[in-house]
This record gives sequence, C-alpha cells and structure tokens, in this order.
Amino acid sequence: MLINEFLLLGAALFCIGVYGVIARKNAVLVLMSIELILNSVNINLLAFSLKHGDVAGQTFALYIIAVAAAEVGVGLGLVLLIYRNRRSIALDELSQMKG
Amino acid sequence: MIALANDINVAQQVGFGIIALVMIVAAIRVVTSNNVFHAALWLVLVMSGAAAQYLLLAAEFVAVTQVLVYIGAVMVLFLFGAMLTRASIGGEAGLNNKGYLVGIPVALLLAGTLGYALIDTFRDERLPQSFETGNLADPAGTQAITSVSDSIFGDYLLPFWALSFVLLAAVIGAIVLARKD
Repeated sequence: MLINEFLLLGAALFCIGVYGVIARKNAVLVLMSIELILNSVNINLLAFSLKHGDVAGQTFALYIIAVAAAEVGVGLGLVLLIYRNRRSIALDELSQMKG
Repeated sequence: MIALANDINVAQQVGFGIIALVMIVAAIRVVTSNNVFHAALWLVLVMSGAAAQYLLLAAEFVAVTQVLVYIGAVMVLFLFGAMLTRASIGGEAGLNNKGYLVGIPVALLLAGTLGYALIDTFRDERLPQSFETGNLADPAGTQAITSVSDSIFGDYLLPFWALSFVLLAAVIGAIVLARKD
C-alpha cells in the first residue's frame, strides 16, 4: 500500500478535527474534536513506524492513547465544574478572565 | 490473496478505501451533528475505523488498546459528560459558535496545504509488504508485539514513568475537581 493513503487519511481527519474545535461551542463537543485530532496523529505515527520498520512509532502511539485518556478525564472534570458553577458549558460565555 | 503485478494487494486496497470513507463521513458527522449523543456515537465509528486501520498498519497491540481505551473507556466518559451537562436527548440548537462558518475555509486551506505537501513529498512510496498482514497468528506479528514491549520497558522507560505520573495526577486532579466541597 502507498504510505500516502494513510497520511492523507490522517490529514483529512486532522482538518475535520480542527474545524470542530473552531466551530463548536459546546465544551464536550470540542473535546470530541480533539480526540479526532489525536487519532489522526496516531495513524501517521503507525504509518511511519511500518515504513521505517521501527516499533518506536507504536510505542509513541500507545503513549498518546494514555495521555488522551488522562486529558479526557481532566477535561470532563473541568467541564462538569464549569457546568456546576454556571449551569452552562457554552465556551463563548466564559469571559471572566478577559483583561 | 489477489495481487497485481506491481504487488498492490487489491483486497487491502478495497478494505482501506471502504474504512477510510466510513471514517471521514463519520468524522464529518461528529463535527456537524446537532445532537451531542449522536456525535458521540459517530465518534465510536471513527475510533473503530481507526482501530481497523491500525490492523492494516500491522499494529495489532495498538489496535486492541484503541478498542479498550477509546471505545471502552473514553466513550463512556463522553456519554457521562454529555448526560451530566444535561444535553437533551432530542437535538438542540446552539451547539455551534456564531461565526462557525469561518472554520470551513480554515479547514480547507489546512487540508490543501497538508495534501499538497504530502503528495509532493511521498508521491508513490510504498509501505513494506512484510509486516502488512494484520494476522495475529503470524509469527512476525508476535515478534512485533515482543519488540513493542521491549521498546516500552527499554528505550522509552523514562517517558513511561513520566506517563505514570501524568495518569496519577489526572486521577487526583479529576477527583479534586469533581468533589463537592
């Protein structure tokens, strides 16, 4: 198989994820878009791992999966806290820290 | 196995194409759906497709981990998050920003740049055939899993320790954040 097939798939998923991060207002949906981006990165890592015959890419992919799980845990904890304090998780209403 | 003269494996190509198409459609639905729950379920489809692509890339262990961690654990977290923040089961308005259309040219520009750079750089370079079967009974596959564990607990042991602390900090942090005082 061509390496470009996988890399282009990763690029497409990455762009869709970036669109989601820009367009979405709901914090849970923004976290989902970030998961899309992380998955596209994993596809790229594994494609290059196979191309170079080096398992370091698979190791990094596993580490990324673990970090993503931690990120979702903390992220959703933050979202729940914001929801408890403000009864809303619309990201454009969070402007208290504006200078 | 059907193989052409230039050893392109047709079955793999067709499988890749179908899965990639499903993944992209599902990903677009994730970012356009008007219902948080539907978006989460479309995300499951993207994750499953990614696991299948990992198998095509001869990374069985990563594929299994993807299913366990993402589809098993992270999706449950997302569904809990959506429910606890009251997202109504029937669709709702106001999930998008006011200027969300700005995202479309940004994403298209990014896709064009990335696509041009990738096609220009790699043209028709091939992935090696040897590891190409996602076959668990394949001795080469078990060899690969062995070398992955050697890599984690050998060359990359220090990042592994750091990762353990990240997970510990995340667990404690999530408890501290979610606790009612």
